[in-house]
Amino acid sequence: MIFSTEKRKALAAAFEKGDAVAGRSLTADAWRRLLRNRAAFVSLWVLGALILLALFGPFILPYDHETPDWAAFRAPPSIESGHYFGTDQNGRDVLARTLFGTRISLLVAVIATAVSVIIGVLYGATAGYIGGRLDAVMMRFVDIMYALPYILFVILLMVIFGRNVILLFIGIGAVEWLTMARIVRGQTLSLREREFIEAARAAGQTTARIITRHITPNLIGPVIIYATLTVPEIIITESFLSYLGFGVQEPLTSLGTLISEGADVMEVMPWLLFFPALFLVLFLLSLSFIGDGLRDAFDPKDR
Amino acid sequence: MKKFLLSAFAVAAFTLSGALNAQAVTLHVHNESDPASLDPHKVSGDWENRIVGDMFEGLLTEDVDAKPVPGQAKSWEISDDGLTYTFHLRDGIKWSDGAPVTADDFVFAFRRIMDPATASSYAYLQYPIKNAEPINSGEVKDLTQLGVEAVDETTLKITLESPTPYFLGALTHYTAYPVPKHVVEDKGADWIKIENIVTNGPYKAIEWVPGSHVKTEKNPEYYDFDNLKIDNVVFYVLEDASAALKRYRAGEFDILTEFPSDQYQWLQENHPGEARVAPFAGLYYYVMNSSKPPLDDARIRQALSMAINREVIGPQILGTGEPAAYSWVPPGMNNYVDTPYNAEWADLDYSAKVEKAKELIAEAGYGPDKPLEIQLRYNTNENHKRIAVAISAMWKVLGVNITLFNAETKVHYAELKKGQLEIARAGWLADYNDPVNLLQLLRSDIGDNYGRWKSEEFDALLAEAKTTQDLKARAELLYKAEKVAIDDSAAAPIYYYLSRNVVSPKISGFNSNTFDIHRTRWMSKSE
Amino acid sequence: MLGFAIRRLLSTIPVLFIALTICFFILRLAPGGPFDEERSLPENVLANLQAHYHLDKPLIEQYFRYIGSVVRGDLGPSFTTEDFTVAELIALGLPYTLILGGSAFILAILFGVASGIISGLYQNRSADYVTSATVMTGLIIPSFLMAPILQLVFGVQLEWLPVGGWGDGSIAYLTLPVIVLSLTHIARISRLMRGSLIETMSANYIRTARSKGIGEKLVVLRHAIKPALLPVLSYLGPAAGYLLTGSLVVETIFGLPGIGRYFINAALSRDYGMVLGTVIFYMVVIVILNLLVDLAYAYLDPKVRVR
Repeated sequence: MIFSTEKRKALAAAFEKGDAVAGRSLTADAWRRLLRNRAAFVSLWVLGALILLALFGPFILPYDHETPDWAAFRAPPSIESGHYFGTDQNGRDVLARTLFGTRISLLVAVIATAVSVIIGVLYGATAGYIGGRLDAVMMRFVDIMYALPYILFVILLMVIFGRNVILLFIGIGAVEWLTMARIVRGQTLSLREREFIEAARAAGQTTARIITRHITPNLIGPVIIYATLTVPEIIITESFLSYLGFGVQEPLTSLGTLISEGADVMEVMPWLLFFPALFLVLFLLSLSFIGDGLRDAFDPKDR
Repeated sequence: MKKFLLSAFAVAAFTLSGALNAQAVTLHVHNESDPASLDPHKVSGDWENRIVGDMFEGLLTEDVDAKPVPGQAKSWEISDDGLTYTFHLRDGIKWSDGAPVTADDFVFAFRRIMDPATASSYAYLQYPIKNAEPINSGEVKDLTQLGVEAVDETTLKITLESPTPYFLGALTHYTAYPVPKHVVEDKGADWIKIENIVTNGPYKAIEWVPGSHVKTEKNPEYYDFDNLKIDNVVFYVLEDASAALKRYRAGEFDILTEFPSDQYQWLQENHPGEARVAPFAGLYYYVMNSSKPPLDDARIRQALSMAINREVIGPQILGTGEPAAYSWVPPGMNNYVDTPYNAEWADLDYSAKVEKAKELIAEAGYGPDKPLEIQLRYNTNENHKRIAVAISAMWKVLGVNITLFNAETKVHYAELKKGQLEIARAGWLADYNDPVNLLQLLRSDIGDNYGRWKSEEFDALLAEAKTTQDLKARAELLYKAEKVAIDDSAAAPIYYYLSRNVVSPKISGFNSNTFDIHRTRWMSKSE
Repeated sequence: MLGFAIRRLLSTIPVLFIALTICFFILRLAPGGPFDEERSLPENVLANLQAHYHLDKPLIEQYFRYIGSVVRGDLGPSFTTEDFTVAELIALGLPYTLILGGSAFILAILFGVASGIISGLYQNRSADYVTSATVMTGLIIPSFLMAPILQLVFGVQLEWLPVGGWGDGSIAYLTLPVIVLSLTHIARISRLMRGSLIETMSANYIRTARSKGIGEKLVVLRHAIKPALLPVLSYLGPAAGYLLTGSLVVETIFGLPGIGRYFINAALSRDYGMVLGTVIFYMVVIVILNLLVDLAYAYLDPKVRVR
């Protein structure tokens, strides 16, 4: 399921050692380098446009995502009827459904990433900061957890609790936290030795407070980069679950659901596949270029 | 571990070597799911029936149009009170290992399926047989009390609880197949393994790879062996109907037992005459929970049922033209009146139906200011989803807000059984050709009555019909019962099922029929 | 080395056990049971079935009964494929899953590494762009879309290859499923290889080698490829896991027998024994694969010494 493995691996390796970006946040310098990367720059605009479309597009369309147009079933795209992307087998506007599906896919990705970030950061920071035997045990646990067939557990979760969107978020997020925990631990190990942490310790602050107030804020840079790379991964996982029939409940929909439905009718109603697939490809490509750009912007060796 | 691996590879080698046999005529059938078993006492689905029904044969069997004809029995007599059936077996019939098929095998089989230890899930179809139900439920321990006895080697006597006009038809069902007593007693539960299996029907399983296929071969001991035109049948497991259609187009399958609705038009244009859509004795309906407000109010049930635009569902939403259903019993069943009872409002204009429905909802105290909030459940399936989406849009016009909820089949029916529903999708395919099979779904004492609709009058009419011998009077009683149910909107019938097959022009002897049963015995394949 | 392997395997046993326990109880909490069919069974029949499979016993007793039989190596009966036990089914599916997964694994490594080397050596030139773009399609098009497209083009339209099925297990039947299964991993390995080769080529010892006047080809072959392979190698463990679980889509669309399909069907039909059996199977295989990768890593990289 890993989407940008090469980047993630490279990052994970660098971050785990704690030498790559220790303590540096998204500086103006890095930001400038990112904008100078043409692919990343264009991708930022494409991504921004997609997000705006998904969020606000449905409000300005003449049709909504759930009401059938009894006059137009399985209608191909047409300018006159106002169904610019055509309609589906229930007479629903494909443009409205695609935008709505993009919105849900985005939501799944953002929330699942947040879940993985929260668990991963807390776990990794605790292990890294406290260190010693606890660290060894916690990290061994992560190693072993890597060996479990997660997607099976997510499927079991969906089987048990029904097609619940919230659970989908949590389930996928819970799968993705492991690498995050490793990265955060590596960073924390090097942060721990820094003067300001020692100062806080000398001032008598509690461990919990040091972790939440001093360590975590300094992890933002690597965490953001890694999270960018996690989002496409989650979108692909969601579409995989949708194909298996564990997607969101109607009349909600997601890009994965739309594509798996469209794949069945690609010869007779190609528009049902083409438009959602186009959105997914644009979305994944732009995220991938931004991820590349972010990595290059932060990679000390590339300078 | 070593042994485990060895056997794994042995199995693989065995199945991989089942290579091409150039001369043999092989029929390739798309069969959706994996069979649970090849044991006729342990199966329950039509995909299992296709295989098992080719391998075993009951006292009666189905002809090319799925009508009951003599099978292992050549003739029979029925006593005047309709309670005793005496069957005479064909001469010289044999199991595939050469042992004779005797009346004893039948007695053994009927006792076995009723034995609680067998845990057969479909045993209840043979409950018309005397003492079957008490034995199956464990009230009577003595299996010999069952009303089936061997008079001699080739004569079998079956006694019934009460006269049952459809009993001969029920004997074609796989619950009435014999099993080889000598093999079952010898091998126990393993008798059905490929290396042990012995059959009395036209075919015999020779290979089974779960998740891939079951392969059968014709049985040389079968009495009609000389007329079998197909040498081997391969039943493929493939749940994905669009993948199956692609394989059909590439010539890998000869028969598809389902096709994606959206491709129907395409099929008609590109493979004219190959998609076979025909009436099927079954009903697709929505149950409404009559035990809880708001659906305990018949006016609301009727309003919802009226507002379903059935005429667009078959032709437009499904695209295969399933006929709109306004009655509970599908047209054309045996032992019934000519036309089933249609709802009084069936012939109104759709707009008039919607107006009337709005009035009913208002009468019941709901409307735009006080909308009804109802959950509609369906089991995960593309067609069920489309119908649910369309119907909830039709109901929205009445000011009814629907929340859709889909779950896989196991969850769906588990919740329905617990009564955890407001409105839910359900369907029924007739097991035998008699209206009782469908009407009993609305009996208040039966588990399949998911809506918990209860009418003493209905129950009394069905009970009276059960003891009525005169078929005409019985049909009248059943018709009255159907009227009671439909007038009270016990549930909302939506459409009558159609069987949907795709049959290659190379195949002949595949006749469309109301039970969608097509035995390979009658088919042939030209190259 | 052997001691390390044994210790690693032993330390995973408690985790496997806990995962199994969680799965067991989670499955039983799930709504719906193995005998909830479209037609409800009469109560006495249901009781017969439940008694037959000991499902009428208290849950905790069922749990211990199950664990007991697993320890003895018996995975119990399957509810949905009654004529086979769970162990028999897994043994049946295993060769298919191994052939499919193994072929895809080899294909992914061969094509992934090769295309990664091309991209890496011609970094930011047209050869790199063409290769990278081709390879990226594997990441961006989900397998459940790629499969029907390939079936339609190569099976139905061109009639070059069978659309589906295992057939006689020949290469023709395996081609499409193996390609679909390996595409994502070709892409991942290729990207990994490209990145690490670029990094290696800028390392000091490569510069030294070049300065000695060794030909470029020899530099790459002798000095760059082996160290550049290390990150690829560490990805192979997880990749094998993804290949195994990812095969369920491919198995479903192509109608192949295999463990992934058994798992998904068992989960949907509440075939408790079969779900747990496949989960155990996956966990054991993935643990072993990860161990093999670790050992290979230690063998290739002198800096890593097994603890």
